[in-house]
Amino acid sequence: MLYVVMAYLWASILLYVLMGGADFGAGILEFLSTRKSKDQTRRVMYRAIGPIWEANHMWLIIAIVILFVGFPVIYATVSVYLHIPLTIMLLGIVARGTAFSFRNYDAVQDKMQVVYSKTFMYSSVITPLFLGIIAGSAVSGKIDPQATHFLDAYIFSWLAFFPVSVGIFTATICGFLAAVFIIGETKTETERQRFIQKARHMSLAAITAAALVLVAAYIDEIPLVHWLFGNPVSIACVVLAAISLIWMWVSLFRGSTRWLRIIAGAQITLLLVAITYEHYPVLINLKDTEGLSLLTHKGSDKTIHALAVALLVGSIFILPALFYLLYSFNRQEETA
Amino acid sequence: MDDFIAARSQMALSLGFHIIFSCIGMIMPFFMAVSHFKWLKTGNIVYRNVTRAWSRGVAIFFATGAVSGTVLSFELGLLWPEFMKHAGPIFGMPFSLEGTAFFIEAIALGFYLYGWNKFNKWFHWFTGVIVGVSGLASGILVVAANAWMNSPAGFDYVNGQYLNIDPIAAMFNDAWFSQALHMILAALTATGFAVAGVHALMILKRKNVLFHTKAFRIAAVFACAGAILQPLSGDISAKDVAKRQPVKLAAMEAHFKTEEKAALILGGIPDEQHDTVRYALKIPGALSFLAHGDFKTPVTGLDAFPKEEHPPVVITHYAFQVMVGLGMLMLLIAVFYFFTLWRKRKWLEKRWLLKLFTIAIPVGFIAVEAGWTVTEVGRQPWIIYGIMRTRDAVTPMPGIVYSFYIFTAVYVSLSIIVMLLLYRQVKMVGKLYDVS
Repeated sequence: MLYVVMAYLWASILLYVLMGGADFGAGILEFLSTRKSKDQTRRVMYRAIGPIWEANHMWLIIAIVILFVGFPVIYATVSVYLHIPLTIMLLGIVARGTAFSFRNYDAVQDKMQVVYSKTFMYSSVITPLFLGIIAGSAVSGKIDPQATHFLDAYIFSWLAFFPVSVGIFTATICGFLAAVFIIGETKTETERQRFIQKARHMSLAAITAAALVLVAAYIDEIPLVHWLFGNPVSIACVVLAAISLIWMWVSLFRGSTRWLRIIAGAQITLLLVAITYEHYPVLINLKDTEGLSLLTHKGSDKTIHALAVALLVGSIFILPALFYLLYSFNRQEETA
Repeated sequence: MDDFIAARSQMALSLGFHIIFSCIGMIMPFFMAVSHFKWLKTGNIVYRNVTRAWSRGVAIFFATGAVSGTVLSFELGLLWPEFMKHAGPIFGMPFSLEGTAFFIEAIALGFYLYGWNKFNKWFHWFTGVIVGVSGLASGILVVAANAWMNSPAGFDYVNGQYLNIDPIAAMFNDAWFSQALHMILAALTATGFAVAGVHALMILKRKNVLFHTKAFRIAAVFACAGAILQPLSGDISAKDVAKRQPVKLAAMEAHFKTEEKAALILGGIPDEQHDTVRYALKIPGALSFLAHGDFKTPVTGLDAFPKEEHPPVVITHYAFQVMVGLGMLMLLIAVFYFFTLWRKRKWLEKRWLLKLFTIAIPVGFIAVEAGWTVTEVGRQPWIIYGIMRTRDAVTPMPGIVYSFYIFTAVYVSLSIIVMLLLYRQVKMVGKLYDVS
């Protein structure tokens, strides 16, 4: 049952990156759009993510609940040492979620729209940036439970070159995912071309940011290369991701977008597999001490069992409903 | 302000903010579904317009409730890591189920808000009902988790160790039912009075009278039904607290000395230094009756517990009195309204009746906040009653006070914007919804 719980944790993190990521990315694209095309971007975006945007963010809740019920020591440690980036991320989530729906549901269209839009765009950048910083800090062993000084314990645990570069990488990936997702939702050829172009730009940005992550890892002395090439599974994932990158570029330039979503999704999945495979079963690396393992820092057996059952039963309700939601609004787009 | 107080204030602020949105998010979908049902049955377009207007409100409240709830799920760890380290695996069960309920609510809301004229009309209506049902389930589950902090169960506490953990037994702790029932009825009553009051105000202003009258009638019936049932649930709660947490009951009632024929104390100024209440109205034997069902049984007072285990008496006592007082006020309005419906239907048109409901707009929510103050402050100094002290659970990170200031600023601004949005929704009814 422990493995069921861990699989759900992994899957909900992946789905949050993919679906929540595309959602954040929509805001990033709006942020990067020229003033003239902002309105157009916004319109396509509302059509594309409107019905599912609330559901996209539930994956984070599922992940966090699994963590605090099943692996409380890990949750508590992260909460203490990454208090500041977590708080900033939360403020971003609050600002973004409210601004998005207020903008949609304000009965009067006036200057408040500008406030909502600005809030939405900035928080769409800040939130994934800090999500990435948190993830980068967790894997890179910046957290130091022995630290006595405030700065060492609560600031340098996340404010370092490597976590920040992971944050930037995460934000660019979100933008890329959003562009790829929205291409499939566009209605006219000009809209489609515009988002294909955005996808090209964002993929270039993501590759640049990935290079930045490598440099940061080298400078911060983080064995990233070892994580990616230290075992056959990770190597296979990295190689597959690289090959699919070529495939993706060819299709982007040819303008054939049929497989694009699947390629993009697969790339992110492969990347997550590569990193987590090498780290397993450790979820959080710590400075100078053994990392926090999912196998040893788990809740009681009865808890894990009940949690697994709850997750399995929950999926029976959630997944069909979610698929039906995606399916029916897609179908209606087509018939409309 | 020291960090411990700052952490408690931030938690109180976050809960106090979230509770309003979750109450409305939990109850409004039912109002919406009733109005929607009437539209589908009668074909009266006003009901459709009311439904659409309310669904906008639900969307605004749901979005705000969802993000403030996300904040809380992190704040449990950010502010109380020691608590979560031990309590997470014990009382986490309802949270993992609530994740499912919340997820379904979000999916159903997607169907409902974007599904007008796109689906079979009864399927569409049904997704609205699902929003309400899953919201209600979320509410019950979260309250069950809170109940565990008042009535710890599902583990053995041996030498500082939490052994033999049983998350199912923890979820069905002794307090879950009485607390959940009280909260659901409170949400129903508070939301009902707030909604009915707003529509009453618009009728008084003679704006879209037919539209607002239909809306008022639906909300008012729910509000009044809740207000009449709530004292019964309050009685169950009081007797339960008397049994499980006598020190909390003593603080609620400012009952300092254990005695037979204990008096019910109304108002007054509790003096914790001299263990007495000045200038209060005392009804002999009434407290014994309310707590134990007869006028003689002794009621345990604060003197039965060491001073360091007393909750802050003044806050708990006043909050309790405010809650009960406002509850009684709503009960009177409710009885009067039902009498009007039954015997004096011509009074329904009277302005003073509408004014009465207008005055009652905030009353339910003030009572809800006061009630949560009783539950939470009345449990102090414990975070897990009798097991772990709140002070021992707080994060070691210094500077929480700045975090508290930031969250205060954010929540205050959000409250202002939500009020503005609602004001605009109501103002624009004539243009957007009531077009017939």
